[in-house]
Amino acid sequence: MSVECETYCWGHDPTALENLRKRTPCRSSQIETLLQLFGDAAHYTPPALFVYGHTATGKSCIINGILRSLKLPHVPVNCVECYSSRFLYEHILNNLPSTDNSTRCDNMNDFVRLLQQRIQESQLHDQTVYIVLDKAERLRDMEANILPAFLRLQELTGMNVCTIMLSEIVWEKFRFGTGFSEPYLLHFPDYSKNELLEIMNLDAPSDYPAALYGNYINLIMSVFHLVCRDLKELRHLASLNFTKYVEPIESEEATVNDFRKLWKNVEPHLKKALQTIYLREISSSQWEKLQKEQDSAAINPIPASRSHVELPYYSKYLLIAAYLASYNPVKSDRRFFVKHTAKSRTKPQRAKAKKQERASNHLLGPKPFPLDRLLAIFYSIVEGKVAPTAIIYSQITSLVSLHLLGPAAGEDQIDMPRYKCLVSLDFIKSVSRTVSFEVTRYLYDFA
Amino acid sequence: MGKKKAKGTAKPPPLETSVKMVQSILRKRLAQMSSPPEIQGYTKERQQLFDLLKRTTVSGESNSVLLIGPRGSGKTMLLQSVLTELKEDDNIHQNLLQVHLNGLLQTDDRIALKDITRQLQLENTVGDRVFGSFSETLQFLLEALKKGSSQTSKPILFVLDEFDLFAHHRNQTLLYNLFDVSQSAQTPICVVGVTCRLDVIELLEKRVKSRFSHRQIHLFNTHGFYDFSQMCTSYLSLTPGELDATVTEPWNTHVQELVSEPSVRDVLQRQFNLNKDVRGLIALLTHPICRLSPTHPVLEAGDFLDSFKKLTTDTKSAMLHGVSILELCLIIAMKHLMDIYDGEPFNFEMVYSEYLKFAQRKSSMQVYEKPVVLKAFEHLMTLEFIRALDGSGSRVQKEYKLMSLLIHPSQIVDALQKYPNCPTEVKQWAGNSVV
Repeated sequence: MSVECETYCWGHDPTALENLRKRTPCRSSQIETLLQLFGDAAHYTPPALFVYGHTATGKSCIINGILRSLKLPHVPVNCVECYSSRFLYEHILNNLPSTDNSTRCDNMNDFVRLLQQRIQESQLHDQTVYIVLDKAERLRDMEANILPAFLRLQELTGMNVCTIMLSEIVWEKFRFGTGFSEPYLLHFPDYSKNELLEIMNLDAPSDYPAALYGNYINLIMSVFHLVCRDLKELRHLASLNFTKYVEPIESEEATVNDFRKLWKNVEPHLKKALQTIYLREISSSQWEKLQKEQDSAAINPIPASRSHVELPYYSKYLLIAAYLASYNPVKSDRRFFVKHTAKSRTKPQRAKAKKQERASNHLLGPKPFPLDRLLAIFYSIVEGKVAPTAIIYSQITSLVSLHLLGPAAGEDQIDMPRYKCLVSLDFIKSVSRTVSFEVTRYLYDFA
Repeated sequence: MGKKKAKGTAKPPPLETSVKMVQSILRKRLAQMSSPPEIQGYTKERQQLFDLLKRTTVSGESNSVLLIGPRGSGKTMLLQSVLTELKEDDNIHQNLLQVHLNGLLQTDDRIALKDITRQLQLENTVGDRVFGSFSETLQFLLEALKKGSSQTSKPILFVLDEFDLFAHHRNQTLLYNLFDVSQSAQTPICVVGVTCRLDVIELLEKRVKSRFSHRQIHLFNTHGFYDFSQMCTSYLSLTPGELDATVTEPWNTHVQELVSEPSVRDVLQRQFNLNKDVRGLIALLTHPICRLSPTHPVLEAGDFLDSFKKLTTDTKSAMLHGVSILELCLIIAMKHLMDIYDGEPFNFEMVYSEYLKFAQRKSSMQVYEKPVVLKAFEHLMTLEFIRALDGSGSRVQKEYKLMSLLIHPSQIVDALQKYPNCPTEVKQWAGNSVV
């Protein structure tokens, strides 16, 4: 019985639907549900549908595909592009099939009035008009009346209008205020591993046997599937690394059936891809170039170079001082920076106190410190006499503008500003190495 | 059983067209575009509103009233049905002017005023356009209203939907003027506010409040389960006269039988316990009605069960089903952190060290590097499973931003059970927080 149901398509063109099903495998139940909800062109559709699911689960692809292939009147809108309400209204009005394309509309009242007019002008009043709002979570950031009004657009216009909202975020996070009429929720579930394999097999190149590509996809999945389920990302990775996989075949070191050898060849390569191309440390074109020049793939000129910034001498010391001030507790300053201090505590006591706070500073993040403390530490670590000139102070503010230091949240004072240090431990280590200052010796967590 | 019924109807109109016709009628009800089959309860409230509107239209008395009730309790429906009944009187039909305003559309007084003049077709309108500035329009409108008296001019009915939003307008100018006109002997107007806020009176300014008549009609869903299932039947059955009797009768008897079936009653009861208003019922009926097609010509109990299952799925668990293993590990680490530190906020570094504790010591899984884990963490952020405590404004590195977890532990446990091919180590780790 269910097979019969699938084939019933409310007077729409069955071949178009068949094509759509072929293009989007593993989504037939969603297509069926949507068709049922849409019904005949003249049927009333529920006023609002909310479609949610992960990235690349075919939300916009399926919905726009159905609307396009069945030739239903619809307006696709991307809420990231239409970032203000006026753009949103004008985009929808101008994309309806009608005569003139330059409407001005800046409030919801005009929008509803003009939408009615447009639909009547273009003879669409006996059909359902679909408004597809992609990235609908952005609607929450617009004026408060937009989301509730779109949800009841059918009632407000008195026309057969259906608003479809697509989002990655669950519906609960959209509710606010006194509530509004709830849309009909529709979930696009994630693809299972087998479904992902099936879909990715569609990209198989024609000049190699299908089994070879299937095997390759399996390898890709074994490396990446635990980390990433995004179909787009996986397909991108598969297309990038395929040349490397077939390299032994090209150079005739291995045959098409030599799966083991091919696997041995490509596995370290894929592992590296996880750390580089997956994180966009290097761009796709760079990666392709690296693949061509065999040997340089081993050296890879990546991350380390990122954390190197050339700074003036005193700026380096200021930054180190800021780092120490941010990650050391105030009471430890005396121990680290005062030259001749009587050791007040006995060793076991100190060890005990330290154990309680051990490693907590580098877990909790930087703490704000006043300017005085920064300068005190700076003078105790810097070599030679440094006068507190305007240049020193301007270097501190320029460190702030480079985002190496940040102002402590919610404070805006001239006389005693407070800062936070915003650089990582690796960065500060490389900076202190250039001035041959051993920073770990002064850090409470490590010393 | 259903098939037999359908075959019985197939005599005069062919099955396909009859199903199509039935469906288009039912769909229209779902979309709330046609008036619902019958109004449940509210006889007293309806009479009260009817009398009030009638007094305004017939004897030129000015009034103001608020319809208050939760969403989906039938406020607009009640008003509509009163208006249709009023309009049956020919005298009233020609005399009464109506102005419908909605707080969602008329977001400030300027737009509202223009819309009033447009809907009243006053002299400063040409076609659909309204000319003049805000103060001119207001002055013009007030003068037009003042000139009239209870004998000479037509009564006007103002319906303010989402009334509470009008109370947020600057100085509440519109409300003040409307209530002021209704208090003084000028053109007879009746202001009907429709809102779902019980405390809406508190939103009004003192001068506005004193001009309001404090007449309120409360509409609460006071029906019991019996009424609810009656409502379901009447939503599904066809009213005689809409279609051929050969279609209507067997359909209605089928609906009667279906609603009294124990499994359907059970679904209705459960839906009733969750949400007893009409909107909830409509949401429940959407799937069965939309499923009707020539290949599936009658409603079945299974459709109701499916529909209820779809309505009550936990959306967050459904989304959790789709995250990768690494992201799942991070969520479990966060859950442990929340357990250990009594719901204190956490940052990425803490989560990462918690994850390392598990991945390095307790499992045979591959240990991922910090940037890869950070990417997974950020993905959880875009899904809004975790939220930064102090907006995105504060300048701390993303590793040290304080976060809170927005998933309930029971949802995590639930998702873990349904998760496909979840490694046993991860499951065990989720079970006990002390690693």
